[in-house]
Parts: sequence; structure tokens; C-alpha cells
Amino acid sequence: MGSWILLALLVVVVFWAIGAYNGLISLKNQTLNAFKQIDVQLKRRHDLIPNLVSSVQGAMNFEKSTLEAVIQARNQAVQVNAGGPEAMKQIGQAENALSGALSKLMVVVERYPDLKATGNVGQLQEELTSTENRISFARQLYNDTATQYNTRQQQFPASLMAGMAHAAPAELWEIEDQAERAVPQVDLSMKPKA
Amino acid sequence: MSGDAAPNLFEQQEANRRRTTWLVVGFVLFFAWLGFGGDYIYYLSTVNAPPEATHHTFPWFGLILTAVAAGIAWYGYTTGPEKVLWSTGAREVVTPATDQEKQLVNVVEEMAIAAGVPKPRIWIVDDADPNAFATGLDPQHAHLAVTQGLLDLMSRDELQGVVAHELGHIKNFDVRLMTTLAALVGVVLLIRDGTGRFFWSGGSSGGARGGGRSRNNLGALAVVLLVIWILSWILAPIITQMLAMAVSRKREYLADAMSAQFTRNPMALASALQKIETSDAPATHLKAGAAHLCICDPLDRKLNDHPGGLGDVLASHPPLEMRIIRLKGMGYAQAKGSNSL
Repeated sequence: MGSWILLALLVVVVFWAIGAYNGLISLKNQTLNAFKQIDVQLKRRHDLIPNLVSSVQGAMNFEKSTLEAVIQARNQAVQVNAGGPEAMKQIGQAENALSGALSKLMVVVERYPDLKATGNVGQLQEELTSTENRISFARQLYNDTATQYNTRQQQFPASLMAGMAHAAPAELWEIEDQAERAVPQVDLSMKPKA
Repeated sequence: MSGDAAPNLFEQQEANRRRTTWLVVGFVLFFAWLGFGGDYIYYLSTVNAPPEATHHTFPWFGLILTAVAAGIAWYGYTTGPEKVLWSTGAREVVTPATDQEKQLVNVVEEMAIAAGVPKPRIWIVDDADPNAFATGLDPQHAHLAVTQGLLDLMSRDELQGVVAHELGHIKNFDVRLMTTLAALVGVVLLIRDGTGRFFWSGGSSGGARGGGRSRNNLGALAVVLLVIWILSWILAPIITQMLAMAVSRKREYLADAMSAQFTRNPMALASALQKIETSDAPATHLKAGAAHLCICDPLDRKLNDHPGGLGDVLASHPPLEMRIIRLKGMGYAQAKGSNSL
């Protein structure tokens, strides 16, 4: 009788362990996938900018420096090659510089109502807004998923399985404003460890 | 916030899958009851008849009705999304033609990223009433439709809030349950219209004719059965409609909360709902069959306007006022949180 109870308990524990392990693995993969989504959106932004800039160049002759800053920041962001933690950090910085240049461009467009009325520029504004939104929503999704993953692997019963599932805390993406302050906080190397 | 939203989401998805299965099973069982119940009553009424009269021994009604119901359920389940879109006369946006459509496509793609679901197919309903709905069986095969009125009326942020609300429905599988329900409710309503005519014209005279004889032949059991059976026929449409209403009402609050989570901007959806509330353009394309799928009741029924009373049972949507208050509550909590940082 006693051995049967023990066996039943064992079965329950094993089933729980399998469930907890699979739950952690699934969250880990979701986190990795969400991280890849950010890359996809950054790439999309790189591809989009040259077209956007060339479509408004004519209408914006007087704000050449702003456009050039965007192109330069974009080219720098593209040139950064991934590889090792240091390069990842550089990607973060380059992307933030690009975001800064783009938001300056948006401010400039806002300043000239006549310019906004021009068809091309209206489209440019919409595309820029959308591009920036995509990137920030991709980061938001990554942060949400990573937080969930972190919480799960640290909370008590599931934390017992964290070692077996090779679960390590995934770092969150910092807000860009903070990076523009004193020390750059955005560090792409802090991606979830596989 | 998302830490505890996650298990909820999973439970929600599971619950919606389960409810859809039960809905379909219940639908088929209900028709089986109508069929086999009729067979049994017919059998009881002919069992004491003289040997040369017709005896109803084989349950033809039951088998046929069950088979038909299963067929309808399968057809409704697989073609539900198409039927819903078709009934509203929506047109798909494949390549955006205008700036307005381009913005819609952008907003949907952005919110699909935020929600972590594949981009749904986008449709526009040529209706001046600002409204939106989502349909489909799962996030991989989902459709999102907005009315022209919504596009004309909303700012970009407000459109984002509305689209995020619909993606919330898609992500937690509300669309599967609600689309299946729409398809099945549609069938039941159609049958009601058909049988209503039968009951009140041919049916009633037939009943009167058989009345005198059956009183002798039918046992008490058969009479009770007959009453319940006829009641089921009459009540079925009402029950299915109440089911549709109740099912959709609860989920609106949840989808509002998910919208706030995706956009981090609950105030935008609140002001979108406000605009929808004050708009008085009548709905021309969104009919009763799809009402429970929409973000706001397209029929502007008074029932939906006030909490409590009949509205709690029959309204398809919670009062807009309550939804706006809840969203604003989220907005203030968010503002407070960021100030304290």
C-alpha cells in the first residue's frame, strides 16, 4: 500500500517536472524569437531609409543637413558587423544614433506645415512613424516575453527545473532615452543565453 | 503586468478552444434531441394504433436531423470567416491604394508585431458607422475588418487602439468561438424563420386535426415530452442569441485590456470609443448576425447603454461608458507609475 502511494507521488512529480521543463523551453524559444523580431525590424528600417530620403530630397532642399545626418547614421548602422559582445554594443549605439537622427527629421517636418502638405512628405512621415513604431513594439514584445521567461524561471517550484532547462535570465532592452544620458545602457550582448 | 497576463492568455486560448468544441457538440446534440425526440413521440403515438395503420419504428427524423446538423456545424466552422466577411460586403486590402489604406496596413502590421501574432488579412467595409471586427479560426488564419467610417474618423493613435483590441480577440482565440457562434446562430435564425411559418400555418391545423385522437393514444410521458419538444423548437433561437450576447460581452473588457497592453496607450482606445459613441452614422452593412463580433454594437441598441437590468442578460456589449471608465483608469494608473519613477 505504502509503495503504491509512493509510486503515485513519483508519477505526479515526474509529470509536473516534464510540464515545467517544457514550459521553460517554450518561453525560452519565444524570447529568442522575439529578439530576432527586433533584428528583422531594424533591417527593414535600414532598407527603407534610402528610398524615403530620395523621395523627399527635392522637396527638402533647405534642410539638407538633417537628411544627410539620417543617411550617415543609417550607413553607420548598416556597417556595424555583428560578432561578439562588443560589436553588439556598437549595434545598439548605432541604432540609437539613427533613431535620434530620424526623430530630428520628424521634428523638422513638423516645423514646416507646407512641407507636410506635399504628398511625398506626408507619406514619408507616415512611413517613419510606422518604422519607429515597429521597432519599439518589437522591443516591447521582447521585453514582455523576456520578463515572463525570467519570472517563470525564478519563481519557486519552476526554479527547480531552471538548471535542467539551461534557463538563464534574459536581459531587458533599456529605453533609448537612458542610453542618450550618461552611459550607454543598451547592450545587445544581453540577449537570452541559449 | 505581462508576467501574470501570460498564463491567463494560455488559459483563455484553451478555454476558447474548449468552448468552441462544446458549442459544436451542443449544436449537434440539440438537433439530435429534436430529431430523436420527435421520433420517440411519433413512436408512442403510433404504438397502440391498429396493426394496419402506420407504425413509426425506425428513427428517421433523428438520424437525418443529426446528420444535417453535423454537416451544418462542419460547414459553419470551416467557412464561418468567409461567410461573416461576405455578409458585410467587405473588400480586402491587398495593395493599399490610398494614404489612408497605407496607414491602416502600417498600423495593423505594427500591432501584429506588438501582439506577437502573424499579420491578419485586412478588409474594409464600406460603411459610414465607425466599427471594426475580427474573424478567423486561429491567429494564423485571421481577418481584421474596419469600416470606412472608422478610417475617416479616427486619429492614428485611436486606430491603433481599435486594431489592437481586435488583435486581442485574435490572439486569445475569441475569434474562433465567436465566428463559429455567428455561423451557427445564423443557421438557427434561418431555421426559426422557416419553421415559424410551418408552426403557425400548416403546423397548427395539423395539430388540431390530430388533437382528438392523440389524447387517447398518448401517455402522460409522451405529452410532457411533446411540450418540452415544442418548447425547444421555439426557445432555440432565443437561447442561441442570448449565448452569443453573453459570450461576447465578457470578452470586450478583456480585449480592451489587451489593447492597452499592446499599445501602452489606453487613453487612445478610450477616446476612440468616445468618438464611436458620439457618432450617429447608421450602420448599413453590419447586420445583426455579425453584431457580437464588432468592437461596438453596430445596431446602437439601447440595451447596451446602461449597466444592470435587462442589458446584463441581452446586450451584446458592455456599456461603452463602463469600458471608457475602465480604460481611463488604466491610463491614470500608467501616468502615476511613470511619474513616480
